[in-house]
Amino acid sequence: MSAKPAKAKRVGMEVSIAVSHAVQLARAEAIAAYPITPQTHIVEHLSSLVANGELEAEFVNVESEHSAISTCIGMSAAGARTYTATSSQGLALMHEILYITSAMRFPIVMTVANRALSGPLSIWNDHSDIMGARDIGWIQIFVENGQEAFDHSVMAFKIAENAKVLLPTIINLDGFILSHVVEALEMVDQATVDKFLPAYVPRHNLDPKHPVTMGAFAMPEIYTEVKMNHQVTLTQSYDHILKVWNEWGKLTGRQYQPVERYQTKDAKILLLTMGCLSEVAEIAVEEMRDQGLPVGLLKLRLWRPFPFQDLREAVKGAELLIVCDRALSLGGPGGPVLSEVRSALYPMAERPATVGYIIGLGGRDVNPSAFKDIVNKAQAEVSEGLKEEFHLYGVRG
Amino acid sequence: MEKFGYAQSPKFDTYASRLMPREEYFTMGHRSCQGCGEALAVRWVTKAIGEDAIIAHATGCMEIVSSGLPQTAWMHPWIHVAFENTAAVASGVESGLKILERKGKLSGPRPKVVAMGGDGGTSDIGLQALSGAMERGHDFTYVCWDNEAYMNTGIQRSSSTPFGAMTTTSPPGKQSFGQSTWKKDMVAIAVAHGIPYVATASPSYVFDLYFKIRKAIETPGPAYVHVLSVCPTGWRSPTDLSVRLGRLAAETAVFPLYEVVNGEYHLTMQPHKIRPIRDYLKPQGRFRHLRDPEIDYIQMRVIERYRELLAKCGLPEPEFPFLPEEEAPVEEGA
Repeated sequence: MSAKPAKAKRVGMEVSIAVSHAVQLARAEAIAAYPITPQTHIVEHLSSLVANGELEAEFVNVESEHSAISTCIGMSAAGARTYTATSSQGLALMHEILYITSAMRFPIVMTVANRALSGPLSIWNDHSDIMGARDIGWIQIFVENGQEAFDHSVMAFKIAENAKVLLPTIINLDGFILSHVVEALEMVDQATVDKFLPAYVPRHNLDPKHPVTMGAFAMPEIYTEVKMNHQVTLTQSYDHILKVWNEWGKLTGRQYQPVERYQTKDAKILLLTMGCLSEVAEIAVEEMRDQGLPVGLLKLRLWRPFPFQDLREAVKGAELLIVCDRALSLGGPGGPVLSEVRSALYPMAERPATVGYIIGLGGRDVNPSAFKDIVNKAQAEVSEGLKEEFHLYGVRG
Repeated sequence: MEKFGYAQSPKFDTYASRLMPREEYFTMGHRSCQGCGEALAVRWVTKAIGEDAIIAHATGCMEIVSSGLPQTAWMHPWIHVAFENTAAVASGVESGLKILERKGKLSGPRPKVVAMGGDGGTSDIGLQALSGAMERGHDFTYVCWDNEAYMNTGIQRSSSTPFGAMTTTSPPGKQSFGQSTWKKDMVAIAVAHGIPYVATASPSYVFDLYFKIRKAIETPGPAYVHVLSVCPTGWRSPTDLSVRLGRLAAETAVFPLYEVVNGEYHLTMQPHKIRPIRDYLKPQGRFRHLRDPEIDYIQMRVIERYRELLAKCGLPEPEFPFLPEEEAPVEEGA
């Protein structure tokens, strides 16, 4: 918070609209999208910006999400800065193409307004959609409030388009409870964004003057090497992500970290959350701190590449880590975040006991008292010895 | 242009020197089977497309034989993404080029966009994306390589497989005579989208194919060209008969060559005398098991559909002396 912020205008705005303004400020040139709740407000507003000439872009209303991401690949391959947004079933329908997008290194930016997967059909928020797409090889970032949604939507283009990265990037924002709320946030003016994010110059594109073949198939002799290349690039994108975040921090005064810490000093008990439930957890942490409990909160912002070292640093000194998942790995280890965090901490000589609670599935409300209850239950569980792999919190009957 | 291949055969000089481009855009070294009608079609279609074009290709035989990393047979800028989304990818390329052109980021004229896919990638799994792209009116040409089955995966039936044909998933048996459904009319589906140019073509009629592709490319808006691609491997036919079989398909009217320009039908190759369907079926192992009732049924149905086409073209009907006297008792879908 040291640098002087750029000229900033504080406005009240629905978060979806803020995201579409971020995409406008980023001067996205090509958008293909298909309607799905709760992502619709973003693309509705973008299409009206295009219709009014406020954003110079091609907006293509495709006939499915599968075609949305496929059309985005075509747009990006032609050399245009490309954006799309989706949710839930839409992300699932894209699934096949998501892997290809990253393998072919198209720096497409996509907002996922996180929503539960059917069945039963639910339009409400949880993280089961994106957790089904953990291994797609994209950069994946979670945001917590409207300001973060705006900031990261601009930064995502700069991260994705870096010549050493060239990877598609997903900004996850919680459906409805974040996408549809009106929040006060600081916009950044066009001149500042233009300076921060220069026009996109593709490294490879489809051009008859320099013909290339994209999407060739691989025999067993070369497939593994291509995958290793992707793995190394995604892992090393970490440095560029931080560089972009630091630059934005200097520009706006808003500094972001792969693992955000809240009240973690001397904390013996740590909660770990992702997305907008973090703000609810903050309230609970405050109240527990007031009661003298040494509780802190970790917010996992960078999901891919997974920030192993940041997480290991962040849990040092803690005795208990409670991972709050918003998705269920059925028949498996409970929450996907829990299993990844456990695995990341396993090599540490001294590590906190790690327990998992799955909360807020399919739009189930989570209030601060739930976090307090979870902390109590987890403490008891650890002192008595772990009996369950994980807990589905608040389930009735 | 030096890096492009160049046709040098004396036959080329004799027959086509003034009409056809010598530049080769689909180069040697690809791995298609001996006698592949599709490779022949691709060679002439890419010539017709010309240098200033971008190709999006679906997964399938042609993609697999021509693009094994790190090699390629394509001299055009070429992109393959998946099986069912080629028309969507082409939509994206076209839209991307449009905005770059508007923003003054293209150095030359906007390149033409061509999508290509097999019959499975077009009339089955890719139909939705194709329908969407045609409905949205993108300025692109879609070329379907119709070899009438999923040849790449091992000759499984598609909706484009003809009635009675043997494939590995429509085998003849004690209770089956092979494919039990009539070939899906992909051309009619394209026409129903109200797009400005639709045509059928065959590499056995190279000039017809060439000029149809030229027309399709030059037509603003979506164009669809359905190319019959003889597949000796899947059709169980001699490899030296591929061009002949393509001709027989037109001469027996099982695959008439026509175009639909802004809704108006024109027959582009009208045989003086339609030959009996047996002439077409007999050289192909995939029809070997058929008995007279099925062949008679196919004959009746082919002529019935050809009559419908002639009516649409406003042409008089010739006589069909070989027609069986009464309709065979085979039921479709049996």
